[in-house]
Amino acid sequence: MDATPHQVSAAAAPAWGRVRRSRQTADRALKVISTVFTLLGIAVLGWILVMLIVEGTRGLSLAVFTETTPGPGTEGGGIANAIVGSLVLTFLGIVVATPIGVLAGTYLAEYGRGSKLASMIRFVNDILLAAPSILIGLFVYTLMVQPMGGYSGWAGGVALAIIAIPVIVRTTEDMLRIVPGSLREAGAALGAPMSKVIIQISWRAARSGMVTGILLATARIAGETAPLLFTALNNNFWFSPDLMGGVSNLPVTIYQFALAPYENWRELAWAGALIITVSILALSVVARLLFRKEQAR
Amino acid sequence: MSQISVSAGGALGNARVADASAPARIAVRALNFYYGDFHSLKHISMDFFDRQVTALIGPSGCGKSTLLRTFNRIYSLYPEQRAEGEILLDGQNILSSSVDVNELRARVGMVFQKPTPFPMSIYDNIAFGIRLYEKLPKSELDGRIEEALRKAALWDEVKDKLRQSGMGLSGGQQQRLCIARTIAQKPEVILLDEPTSALDPISTGKIEELIEQLRSEFTIVIVTHNMQQAARISQFTAFMYLGELVEFGPTNKMFMNPSKKQTQDYITGRFG
Repeated sequence: MDATPHQVSAAAAPAWGRVRRSRQTADRALKVISTVFTLLGIAVLGWILVMLIVEGTRGLSLAVFTETTPGPGTEGGGIANAIVGSLVLTFLGIVVATPIGVLAGTYLAEYGRGSKLASMIRFVNDILLAAPSILIGLFVYTLMVQPMGGYSGWAGGVALAIIAIPVIVRTTEDMLRIVPGSLREAGAALGAPMSKVIIQISWRAARSGMVTGILLATARIAGETAPLLFTALNNNFWFSPDLMGGVSNLPVTIYQFALAPYENWRELAWAGALIITVSILALSVVARLLFRKEQAR
Repeated sequence: MSQISVSAGGALGNARVADASAPARIAVRALNFYYGDFHSLKHISMDFFDRQVTALIGPSGCGKSTLLRTFNRIYSLYPEQRAEGEILLDGQNILSSSVDVNELRARVGMVFQKPTPFPMSIYDNIAFGIRLYEKLPKSELDGRIEEALRKAALWDEVKDKLRQSGMGLSGGQQQRLCIARTIAQKPEVILLDEPTSALDPISTGKIEELIEQLRSEFTIVIVTHNMQQAARISQFTAFMYLGELVEFGPTNKMFMNPSKKQTQDYITGRFG
């Protein structure tokens, strides 16, 4: 009785050994290949960052943060106007996008569950999420710049908002979907109308994830160039308070200065690129920390 | 079933004495329930007596939770679910479209299988339900919250951390918080859907003690998979199978001397 299993395993041993060896080889090969390619990917990223830091810090000076962008052939100068302009445009974009994105995401997750309209909106939103940003720039150009007779910060803000909306819709919906249905039932079971359940329970439960989504959308639009080319354009001055006319901003300044024949322009472009990258990195880190802290509770 | 007074004797205590002379708080009449095309409750008629604990038992999928979820119409959150027939709460048919479901749910509280503390402080968890229907000055609200927590046997454990998140409590404490939240609204009926199945034995014991005390004020309906629990805490027991009510009677009789063979088989563990 106890000899039988031994005999079976002894007979099967050679075949199993071969299979095991070939599996182990495949296993090791995959591990090596995937490690190599991971390192390759990280190396490229590291290269970009190192170059950005080396070149960017060379151009950094106090003037970068205090002086306006220099005209052609002028010495020195800074990018203060572009930094402030970018802050204004990004703020405008996110202020427009947040209520629309959050409410649309709420509709999809809370009211539209299983409805045809909701799945259609979700589909269109996914397309918008992947739309080339230059297309959105052109769209806003036709919609606002042409009728209003000129470039404006408003058009820039709207273009950035259109980029941010699908990101916020998506994260809001995803985060609300994680909220367990039992929590909604518990709210409803106390006699709370749906609006109260959503605002006081679902939103609160999904709060950190929703804020993270808004921060990531902010990081996304802070670096967008193409939608601004046709809308806010760029110039060498402080933005005018009514936001009419071009508004100087970092991405387009980098785009224009990096290819210019002037050494000081190119240095400023590198400095601008470093500033924008560090800001986006900081935003992403804050978003992650916030999300992790909330998840840990 | 008009006058069944089962005197179980002193040893068993008051918990086991069924009082069918108590007026019916909920009267279910010819209730049918559907999940889409699936006919899940079949012609159920039974009474739930005032300030008595009624346990619903039966194998998984028999419809006991479904029946419970009709009493506060929580099923109506899902458009594909519908109920037909009558459920009379103090004589009023709550399935009628003229009944405001939110008001109904304030009168018929519910505690779920998994504890469901809201993502807010312990204080706000309880205040949430009260604020929905009453505007109270702060001092009075404080009093109501303390009263609810005391009744739920949680006050001593949380009185110094009312401002902390309800999510930070242990599972058993969270469940008592949910019970406190429900009783703070002063409902007439409390529905308990397997309230201890996610808890350890000590927490379960505390909740059972609590149910025993709450019976003096509230009509309680509890769904449970644990037959010992049904026997310990209920005065009436209903055995359901495949969407039908097989047998309903005083808990003592159901467990000692059931009339139907199916009930006998289920209780003795022969199937289910």
